[in-house]
Amino acid sequence: MKVLVAVKRVIDYNVKIRVKPDHSDVDLTNVKMAMNPFCEIAVEEAVRLKEKGVASEVVAVTIGPKAAQEQLRTALALGADRAIHIETDDKVESLTAAKLLKRVVDDEQPGLTILGKQSIDTDNNQTGQMLAALAGMGQGTFASEVQVEGDDVQVTREIDGGLQTVALKLPAVITTDLRLNEPRYAKLPDIMKAKKKPIDVKSPEDMGVAVASSLSVLKVESPAERQGGTKVASVDELVDKLKNEAKVIA
Amino acid sequence: MSILVIAEHHHGQLADSTAHVVAAAQAIGGDIDILVAGENIAGVAESAAKLAGVGKVRVADDGVYAHQLAEPMAELIAGLADDYSHVLAAASTQGKNVMPRVAALKDVAALSEVIGVESPDTFLRPIYAGNAIATVQSSDALKVLTVRTTAFDAVETTGSAETEAVTAEVDNTLSRFVGEELASSDRPELGSARVVVSGGRGMGNGENFKLLDGIADKLGAAIGASRAAVDAGFVPNDMQVGQTGKIVAPELYIAVGISGAIQHLAGMKDAKVIVAINKDEEAPIFQVADYGLVGDLFEVLPELESKL
Repeated sequence: MKVLVAVKRVIDYNVKIRVKPDHSDVDLTNVKMAMNPFCEIAVEEAVRLKEKGVASEVVAVTIGPKAAQEQLRTALALGADRAIHIETDDKVESLTAAKLLKRVVDDEQPGLTILGKQSIDTDNNQTGQMLAALAGMGQGTFASEVQVEGDDVQVTREIDGGLQTVALKLPAVITTDLRLNEPRYAKLPDIMKAKKKPIDVKSPEDMGVAVASSLSVLKVESPAERQGGTKVASVDELVDKLKNEAKVIA
Repeated sequence: MSILVIAEHHHGQLADSTAHVVAAAQAIGGDIDILVAGENIAGVAESAAKLAGVGKVRVADDGVYAHQLAEPMAELIAGLADDYSHVLAAASTQGKNVMPRVAALKDVAALSEVIGVESPDTFLRPIYAGNAIATVQSSDALKVLTVRTTAFDAVETTGSAETEAVTAEVDNTLSRFVGEELASSDRPELGSARVVVSGGRGMGNGENFKLLDGIADKLGAAIGASRAAVDAGFVPNDMQVGQTGKIVAPELYIAVGISGAIQHLAGMKDAKVIVAINKDEEAPIFQVADYGLVGDLFEVLPELESKL
């Protein structure tokens, strides 16, 4: 079974973002970029499926500018066999990303497609679900455990209040949650080897998908800053303030 | 304009979140219907009919919707969506699972975690873990939204909407419910609790989270955790407050042994009053706390419990 894993280049999660002075967007000039953390978990899961002998080949795919090949090289160093780069400098919304990935799924016919549950830039949490809809597949979102059994995959999902397990008919789409696994670090020899692994570059036009969106961002602002308050010296003072000043406890 | 709100329910009870989503629908304006889909849900439909401002409750009572699996739910909703200009659900794990699937079936964009309504086609939503707020306009004829429930006050339960059965031919060959493990707790639900007490890495281990129990009991609070505490394996992920966990906005939030990473602040900075207890007086959490107490939590917590 082939496993397709989608990765996205985003701002490094340790970077504190700044809004541009003209409020058109977040300022990404000279900012450290990295693979989206949830995508790292997706790559790790795909590689583990290969190590267990469940997957025969792991194909990584990304949509983004030329520089996004860095993230594909990371995926290759972590254990993906080859990669597909859908190159575009345009902003790609979730629905367009799902349409492009659907074309890749049509070509590659993976048994499982694994994506991160959300990217930490737009925080949409949509692409996996949209891809599953377009491909007519079942979806196991927010996965904390994945087990392939025969023609099914059992996915344990992190839901509000606990865990839910569903069985999906293969082929299926999975999105990763935090506890699915702990991604490994790429070793130097693997990073060297990854440089020789093939990356197939395509354009959205090649794939017959127009990069368009019905959404327009009118402005981006910083959220209202919360002002810090006072320090209290003792538990007694804290309880007194909560009762008599903030009036949030009786 | 006409709006369809997808009701959320668990074990025969309408979830509190639905009343907040109806409030978001009212902010958009127009006729509001609610869809209640599930199995044996007459009681849920009855509760939904009481939500103020609702015109009609549409009830799809069928075994195929039991456990609200995304595949049949999305097919049902997409089939009904042509009657509406907007379809709204809570930005819960349920809403986030189903709504993007609905949007793709209708070939429209989806808007996640909407926190404000500027006009019927323009919405505010947080990006970059709430470190920026985007104003986004949609040109789609159908708008598919998930709503951050803490951003909208619940509507009253003074309504008396009519109910109507929905008959749709939906079957599901893609997915099957296997089981669930829900944390059983007498405490209020984290997302809607009036008071939340959260522990972080400073708690040291999972066992020490018991120190929060007594305080939570006295305050009727839910117990949460930072991602650091979850990553360290102290507590399960469903207790996580933050960008990648639950977003809460209680009246009172007590952060214990939490340093205040950006990703945690994104989940709780809309609380009315924030208390921080931390032994490191430089911890960033103090920059957002209304009341900060610098001290050893192992001394402070028992004392606080005894004085509440």
